[in-house]
Amino acid sequence: MDLRPTEAEEKFRHELRSWLSDAVPAHGTPPPRENWPARRAWDTGWQRKMFEAGWAGISWPQAFGGREASLIEQLIYYEEYARAKAPYVGVNFVGLLHGGPTLIVEGTDAQKEKHIEHILRGEQVWCQGFSEPSAGSDLASLRTRAERDGEQYVVNGHKIWTSFAQVADYCELLVRTDPEVRKHAGITWLIMPMDLPGIEVRPLPTLHGEGEFSEVFLDNVRIPVENRVGAENDGWRVTNVTLRFERGTAFAGEMYDLKRWLAEIAAEAQKVTDHGSRAWDDASLRREIGHLQADIDGLWNLLKLSIGQADESGVPAIGASAVKLFFTELKQRIGDMAMRVLGRAVLGRSDMAGMPVEYFSYEALQSLSMTIAAGSSQIQRKIIGERILGLPKDK
Amino acid sequence: MAFKLSDEQLELQRGFRDFVAGRFPIEKLGQLADGAKDATLWGELAEMGVFSLRLAEARGGLGLFHVDAALIFEELGRALVPGPVVWTHLAAGLIDGAATGETVVTGLDLTTNRHTPFVIEHLEDAGAVLVLKNDGVWRVDPSTIEATTVDVPLDPLTPVHHASRLPDGERIADAQAADALGLLGATLSSALMLGIAEATSDMGVAYAKERQQFDKPIGTFQAIKHMLADTFVRQELARAAVYAAAGTLDHPEVGDVATAVAEAKLVAGESAMKNCRTCVQVHGGMGYTWEVPVHYFLKRTWILESTFGSVDEHADRIAATFGG
Repeated sequence: MDLRPTEAEEKFRHELRSWLSDAVPAHGTPPPRENWPARRAWDTGWQRKMFEAGWAGISWPQAFGGREASLIEQLIYYEEYARAKAPYVGVNFVGLLHGGPTLIVEGTDAQKEKHIEHILRGEQVWCQGFSEPSAGSDLASLRTRAERDGEQYVVNGHKIWTSFAQVADYCELLVRTDPEVRKHAGITWLIMPMDLPGIEVRPLPTLHGEGEFSEVFLDNVRIPVENRVGAENDGWRVTNVTLRFERGTAFAGEMYDLKRWLAEIAAEAQKVTDHGSRAWDDASLRREIGHLQADIDGLWNLLKLSIGQADESGVPAIGASAVKLFFTELKQRIGDMAMRVLGRAVLGRSDMAGMPVEYFSYEALQSLSMTIAAGSSQIQRKIIGERILGLPKDK
Repeated sequence: MAFKLSDEQLELQRGFRDFVAGRFPIEKLGQLADGAKDATLWGELAEMGVFSLRLAEARGGLGLFHVDAALIFEELGRALVPGPVVWTHLAAGLIDGAATGETVVTGLDLTTNRHTPFVIEHLEDAGAVLVLKNDGVWRVDPSTIEATTVDVPLDPLTPVHHASRLPDGERIADAQAADALGLLGATLSSALMLGIAEATSDMGVAYAKERQQFDKPIGTFQAIKHMLADTFVRQELARAAVYAAAGTLDHPEVGDVATAVAEAKLVAGESAMKNCRTCVQVHGGMGYTWEVPVHYFLKRTWILESTFGSVDEHADRIAATFGG
């Protein structure tokens, strides 16, 4: 074990830092949250710049235009990326982290040709059509039905919690092709162009009151069979290839952001608030902040340790569920601290008396989604209990 | 950067784990608590290099690193090996006979904890008491301390004395050395607690697979399964924090040593404490008995958590890095 960076790692960091230091300010300030066409243009414009500078697809194979960085380089990448306050992956999320990687592993040559480089260049936006009103944690119970009609699948159903659907070009869609077999065995993975007839996208406001989510209603949508990824009824296996990408280094940037946020919360707590007394003067608050800091650094080290092990074995880190679970619950604890520091100023959601109420309360509310999305905390504990600790399943 | 154990380190840890498992199986805890003695254990630990492993080879050591020491102490913690292992390791190279196990050394860290009475562990066996103060490292002769034996110590394997006054003794190293020994002591105590966190997670899991209620192993129930999943997360977090602290001690240029160590002590302390409690709870009524050895782990954790800075003290230190 040697925590010192190698020369090559230092060079990688330096190159990236130097590029970001010019590119980030040049990209300007993000558009308003509710202006989805402008957000798409801003997010994909940034992706295009990264592609041109050779920084897109940090984990993707070079054969597909990616950087194919080692896991340690990826960690450096996310660290520098967050440090530079570079734009959030935004509408590119599903394409870069789910759709693209799945096609790289499972797609036909024609599918790869049609999508992969376009995703990397920021020319294609994807959304995810997995969850349904009655298929959340129990995803395999999904009911959206696809029936074969010649060279097309005719699809009817209802998807929900679909991020970026209003600006997406394609949807990675899970459908039931065989209702007679056990639930995992009758699922198929399809690429659905979002401009097909019969698709209706209705906004589903989040608890922020914002329209990131949509419901997607599918009424006799005809999808060509050539858009199928993997074999018919083999979609569950294909999906698990996808989900694996969600639990590796994907959160590294956000973890680094979390460290910065706590420092900002501590700085805010040190400002005089009322009659000369500061939140920071409360010893129990300081102690809790010290505790949170130890937990963030512990989490960052846990990520490094699990990456150090995965880099050697080539398999995704066994501790990925532990990292996801601890990270998302920690973000909520830090969100609680942010609200505690602001006191009654959080009764408004816009900045008040020089306090960053909008930012802090947005993040605190956003953190509520994190223990639910991408495998809830309860599902993570089940995975850890059964797959890592070998505890018996409840049948 | 290589944040992973090398093949040699994995081998060192495996080898030492096997030695400890053979030499100090869990039944020993009950036997020693009942008054049995193990006169040769200390010498064997010394022979394995527990106290001398970081000393240069020319001085009779193994020339190993802090990370290696952390791995060894993780195993001592896992088996709950008794004795002032941390203090004697700290004294190696400072006090004659410590490295070889001939002098058993105990100690007090007065830079973090100034409570009186002074509560001293393993005083009866000690040939020297090492005292860390803000102005340096002091050596006190145990025979000069007016100490009272505590009839029933909290941890049956950690006898304690208390004294209201402590003679000054002899100053044997400067303030900087006291600081360095404090950091090392905190790191090794954290490693012991990491081992305890792992042992109690494993014991809880094993029991939950075997114990049947409502016609099922209790580990089938989500309430139990999720508690045990949390023990795994805490154990892994502690491992990361402890290895990071040891790795930073080995190469101080990679970070801030004092912060890394404070974080390790905090995270490992909390991990061990919560895992011990979960382990008691999972064992149910048997967990509240003397017969099931879980209580030894919880009691030892109380001792380790209170030495070289408690969770709260370290949280305060870390908060102080934000200024203000």
